[in-house]
Amino acid sequence: MVEQVAQMVVHGEAWTVKDLFVLPNEYVYWSIQIVMYPYMTGLVAGAFVLSSLYHVFGVEKLKQIARFALVFSFALLPVAMLPLLLHLMQPFRGIHVLMTPHFTSAISAFGIVFMTYACIVGAEIWFVYREFIVDSIHRLKGLPSLSVFGRLLLLVYKVISLGATDTSREALESDHKAVKFLAGLGIPVACFLHGYAGFIFGSVKANALWMTPLMPVIFICSAIVSGIALCIISYYIFMEMRKWAAKRGKNILLPDAMAHGSSAVDYEHLRSVQDHEVKMTSRYLLIFMTLAITLELLDMIFRGYTAVKSWDALRMVIYEHDFVKIFIMQYAIGNALPFILLLIPGVTVRRAALASILVLFGVLMMRWNVVIGGQAFSLTFNGFMHYQLPIIPHNFETFKEGLGGAMLVIATPFVLFYFLNMIFPAFMESKEH
Amino acid sequence: MKRRDFLKNTAVFVSGVSASVAALEWLDPQKVLASRSDLRWGFLVDTHKCVGCGFCVKACKVENDIPVEANVTRTWVERYVIKKDGKVLMDSPKGALNGFTSEDIDQNQSGMKKVADEEIAQAFFVPKLCNHCDTPACVQVCPVGATYQAADGVVLVDRKWCIGCGYCIMGCPYGVRFFHPIENVADKCTFCYHRISIGGGNTACAQACPFGARQIGNLRDPNDPVTKVVMNQRVGVLRDEYGTKPQVFYLGLNKEVH
Repeated sequence: MVEQVAQMVVHGEAWTVKDLFVLPNEYVYWSIQIVMYPYMTGLVAGAFVLSSLYHVFGVEKLKQIARFALVFSFALLPVAMLPLLLHLMQPFRGIHVLMTPHFTSAISAFGIVFMTYACIVGAEIWFVYREFIVDSIHRLKGLPSLSVFGRLLLLVYKVISLGATDTSREALESDHKAVKFLAGLGIPVACFLHGYAGFIFGSVKANALWMTPLMPVIFICSAIVSGIALCIISYYIFMEMRKWAAKRGKNILLPDAMAHGSSAVDYEHLRSVQDHEVKMTSRYLLIFMTLAITLELLDMIFRGYTAVKSWDALRMVIYEHDFVKIFIMQYAIGNALPFILLLIPGVTVRRAALASILVLFGVLMMRWNVVIGGQAFSLTFNGFMHYQLPIIPHNFETFKEGLGGAMLVIATPFVLFYFLNMIFPAFMESKEH
Repeated sequence: MKRRDFLKNTAVFVSGVSASVAALEWLDPQKVLASRSDLRWGFLVDTHKCVGCGFCVKACKVENDIPVEANVTRTWVERYVIKKDGKVLMDSPKGALNGFTSEDIDQNQSGMKKVADEEIAQAFFVPKLCNHCDTPACVQVCPVGATYQAADGVVLVDRKWCIGCGYCIMGCPYGVRFFHPIENVADKCTFCYHRISIGGGNTACAQACPFGARQIGNLRDPNDPVTKVVMNQRVGVLRDEYGTKPQVFYLGLNKEVH
């Protein structure tokens, strides 16, 4: 009898609970990793846009955080690809997207857009740090004896200097021009990278919740919001750590001091810089937040007003099944509360950091509500699917598509940033510019 | 060579090459050489004849190596129960692999629902399978071209090239796609391509159907029984609002069926 054959769990079955009438093949196929994908891409794009505010538009007040945001954006970059790779059923074939791109598909250009963007960010960092790289080579060479770490660092600098050791006034001048150009070029490309992530969802005509031309724009706005928020909070935390470490001389928490000596890190100075940068940045956060919330609400109002066939099912998802996730977690805690926190006069660093954490949470919930919410109803509109995030994994699949996989994706950029900070000190203050 | 001549020759060369390359675009050799003006597979489902025995589902799974007990299937049968008060109940337990053995309606998490006979206005079964659309959304969205449409209209998946991103599963408005539990790539109905493409073959589901509710045919052949029905009778297709131009035609399609 067929009934006696052991049950075989198909992909998606482990975390999908079906209710009412759902087609036999319908599951929540795109789970937590696809929530992480637009989230991480958004952070990359947002961090880059923040850094460009200084480089292109010359917002002097953002000078310090701009440099940090640029290096952080670079650390986030590989992680934007990680969730996509983790969610593939055939991860080793991921390279096919680059080898045989099928250009009618929105995903196929991902490799090209992503690479272009990576090149721009990489090049910009190179130009920003070129002088520092050359100085470091001279400094390391000048030392009487080098440890293994020092020799490795020297080798890295020699390789990434690409042999360009000219630090004359004209050369540095042209570096600045290149930075400005790349940062300017980077803004549309960063927006494209992320707007395009929105297009991947917005163009799925079979999905009633996703299909809207507003999707790319909504994604871009929330990307910038989350990127800025992440920069504020990371800048705050890193500065706190640096202040703490600078006071006690714990160089393990100061990778740049480990690599380049601790003379540059001064406690009082760190404090004033942090204060100023965080407050300034939070103003920009407020502007972009207004834009993002407006667009998201417009989308929802429009759906309710036009009330096409799918609205009955969508309304059930939005106002009943996912009410807490959408209205409490996303809009109230993730949008309204930080909005008020930032609007109350006399914003402090701590308040800005708290608001930023809430904003980050709000954007994560927005991604969740779009990606998971879009799969919460059957194609027939007669049934619903609930997603249960696997927390304790019992095999590799439930690890990578569960809490563990999500944590891995979130932790990676910070680890990368730690090491990247040894090579490109993100908190370094430039001498003359 | 003078500069003027060089520029002139370059201009002639570039325009000449682009004109001939453009011809390749207008007359795609792949399409010209492989197009079949004589063959386009289509499918006819007569819902009046379906009794929900599920033989088609079982035959399909065995024929196409889909693990029988796995909760995914290339074809399935839906049951519709329309009550006198207008409420519609639907189910398809395990895709009707074992047929409909209970009168209770399987509402998944909401449990089994009993409907008294006297409350029922009408009840019927609707078999479903891949529509092998003329403009398939799944082919459009596949990022690597692993899903493609053959010259005779059948939409297939290259198991060696699929990366398993699931975009085609998301893109299909009919929910016919799933991940094969063993191969770990996208999978779907192929109209039993291995059978029909050798000439004279029939699909496993159509062969297994005791009542002739399922038929495959060549829509380019005016004498084909399927083509005759499609041309002469009032047939419907599923969800044509998505612009996918489905090629599975239904006799006796109710408005409740999507």
